[in-house]
Amino acid sequence: MSVVTHQSEPLIFKPLPAQSPPLTLVGPIGWLRENLFNGWFNSLLTLCCLVLLGGVIPPLFSWLFLDATWVGDSDTCRQQSGACWSFIGHKYQVFFVGTYPSSEVWRPAFAGVLLAFLSLGTAGRFFHRKLLVLLWAGLPFALFFLINGGLGLTVVDQSRWGGLMLSIGLALVGIIVSIPLGILLALGRRSGVVIIKSLCIGIIEPIRGVPLITILFMASVMMPLFLPENMQINNLLRVQIGIILFSSAYMAEVVRGGLQAIPLGQIDAARAIGLSYWKMNFLVVLPQALRHVLPSLVGRCIALFKDTSLVIIVGLLDFLGMAKAATQDSEWLGYDAEAYIFCALVYWLICFGMSRYGRSIEMRGPTAQ
Amino acid sequence: MRCVPYVNLSAIFSAGGAGRTVVNLLIQGAVVGVVAFVSWTLFDNTQANLEARNIASGFGFMNVEGGLPINDTLLPYEPSDTYGYAFFLGVLNTLYVAFLGIILSTIIGIIIGCARVSSNWIVSRLAAVYVEVLRNVPLLLTLFFTYAVVLASLPHPRRSFNPLAGVFINNRGIYLPDPHPHTGFWFVSAALLLALFITYLVFRISKRKRDLTGEGLPTARIGFSLIIILPALVFYLAPSVLDFEFAVLKGFNYRGGIVLRPEFSALMFGLVLYTAAFIAENVRSGIQSVKKGQTEAANALGLKSTLIMRKVVLPQALRVSIPATTNDYTSLVKNSSLAVAIGYPDMVSIGGTIIGQNDQAIEIIGLWMAVYLAINLVISSLMNWANSKVQVVER
Repeated sequence: MSVVTHQSEPLIFKPLPAQSPPLTLVGPIGWLRENLFNGWFNSLLTLCCLVLLGGVIPPLFSWLFLDATWVGDSDTCRQQSGACWSFIGHKYQVFFVGTYPSSEVWRPAFAGVLLAFLSLGTAGRFFHRKLLVLLWAGLPFALFFLINGGLGLTVVDQSRWGGLMLSIGLALVGIIVSIPLGILLALGRRSGVVIIKSLCIGIIEPIRGVPLITILFMASVMMPLFLPENMQINNLLRVQIGIILFSSAYMAEVVRGGLQAIPLGQIDAARAIGLSYWKMNFLVVLPQALRHVLPSLVGRCIALFKDTSLVIIVGLLDFLGMAKAATQDSEWLGYDAEAYIFCALVYWLICFGMSRYGRSIEMRGPTAQ
Repeated sequence: MRCVPYVNLSAIFSAGGAGRTVVNLLIQGAVVGVVAFVSWTLFDNTQANLEARNIASGFGFMNVEGGLPINDTLLPYEPSDTYGYAFFLGVLNTLYVAFLGIILSTIIGIIIGCARVSSNWIVSRLAAVYVEVLRNVPLLLTLFFTYAVVLASLPHPRRSFNPLAGVFINNRGIYLPDPHPHTGFWFVSAALLLALFITYLVFRISKRKRDLTGEGLPTARIGFSLIIILPALVFYLAPSVLDFEFAVLKGFNYRGGIVLRPEFSALMFGLVLYTAAFIAENVRSGIQSVKKGQTEAANALGLKSTLIMRKVVLPQALRVSIPATTNDYTSLVKNSSLAVAIGYPDMVSIGGTIIGQNDQAIEIIGLWMAVYLAINLVISSLMNWANSKVQVVER
């Protein structure tokens, strides 16, 4: 029997260092295999998409950027095969403020800065909530004073308001006025008083059942018939009233959704401590209900901003209307694509920004803040 | 059921019992009074205004010869026809656009929605870009864009784009072959209906068998073969089924065939793409709302993948998708009124022309509202019925 010689060195299991995973499962190749080529069907789809993108992107890119004209007049554009961005450069003032007098353009610009400042402040939560409500409620008055004039500023006639300024103005006033109206309608719809309840349903449901265009036609064509001869109001205000009515009905339904989410116990408790109807609603029910539906309210705001583009049908020239009018300019004929793409980009930036904000509220949930 | 809090205006007053009822009645009386006063004032003003402007009232104008130029109708139309008939054709066009639009946008929406949750990165990214772009741009802009840019880039009739035999695409419209059915066509249709009916019976029998024994029939295979083979058989046996009238270039334009005019094509294109983006989002949220554990559990029970889709995933996904889709269908119908902006003669467009001619705005706007409310009522009751089929039956 041989003597075990290396007894001093006990046998210990030593694992080999782990091997790196196969190259085909990790890193870029693994990612490709997992996300683009898992199975024959997905590989086929990927190839189809790549062929499609390969066919569309390069010509589009060269039309948009490489062959595009950035400066110059319409003759320069005609010599190039790409997009004519100098058309936008020549027309941007019309796009943004319509036929507003050039010497006074600083006023809408300043109004825009105010609005942007307040929007950023809201998104970044720089202000206290009560202050925020006050600021937003006061904003339309400040903007109206800036754009309309008076008190030392030259008065600019409303027929010269147009472009993006008009779109934002219609949407902003529409939203700010229709939220309180919508809250009242929603409360009325849940009231125990039968007459008030049926009145509110009778306002909300027909408005929600018909297109905005018919409401705008009604505001523009029918409202003059309803008002006494000596009390006629201009088209812009009529259209604005139509937009407010339309938006209120939708806001009411959103708010109603929030009211339904409040447990009955909250209301019982509020009444048990002797709060009146209005105190109960404004101190207990509504703050919770509105927090629940804040994301949907933002969604309605986006929809309303998009919907203001319909005012072109009753003869107001908003952002889209100005873009359409600009394409009819005899010096710049045939640049519809550029005008609409620019328009779409601006609408998209505003709407997408708002929807991101809505998403961020949704993420934080109704109980945060 | 959610609890519905009972909110009562009369709670402003802390009176109880009989006092509360009296207050309640007083409030109601006051509201009725205000509403009656406002309505009467409006009615009175309207009467005075109509008289001052020499505008007739009532629906008498519907029998008057209109002379409206309408270029795209489903039924034959002459400018010498009455306003009433013209308006009726507009209603038909609205219904036509709504019907086609709902079907097409559902199909595209489901495809895009499935692409959005695909495991394929590039496909899901492309779908996301589509949805985010279309949803965040006004529909009217999409319509203007398709009308002005896409259609303007189409060739003249003489240099038409000809993708399939008998199909011509140019800036005057899309020309399709016009099918003329013969007697054989009705036989084939009858065979198709019969096949569908038998498939339905097979589904019923299979369900009963599965409920009893756990083993169903290969329904999908039986159904597909029936639906394809039966009509195909009749097609070969029948003497003549269909022939097509092709569009022919005569002079500067094509004649014959079915014409989809640029206005119609642009409206459908924009409306369908826009609504499909919203439906795709509903499909996505429906699919994502079904927990992964559900599929895994069904797998563990040994269900086949088709059955998992049909019996486990779809019923739960539909529960989330259908209510939101109902809203999108009704907004599609309402959005079809944007036809007026690009000149497709729908109800709003024709009605607007009539208002321009005789100023009878109240009657026309009233008719518009009635028709839209009726269409939306039909859609929501159909969808509510569909919804009641997929909702959980609560005991």
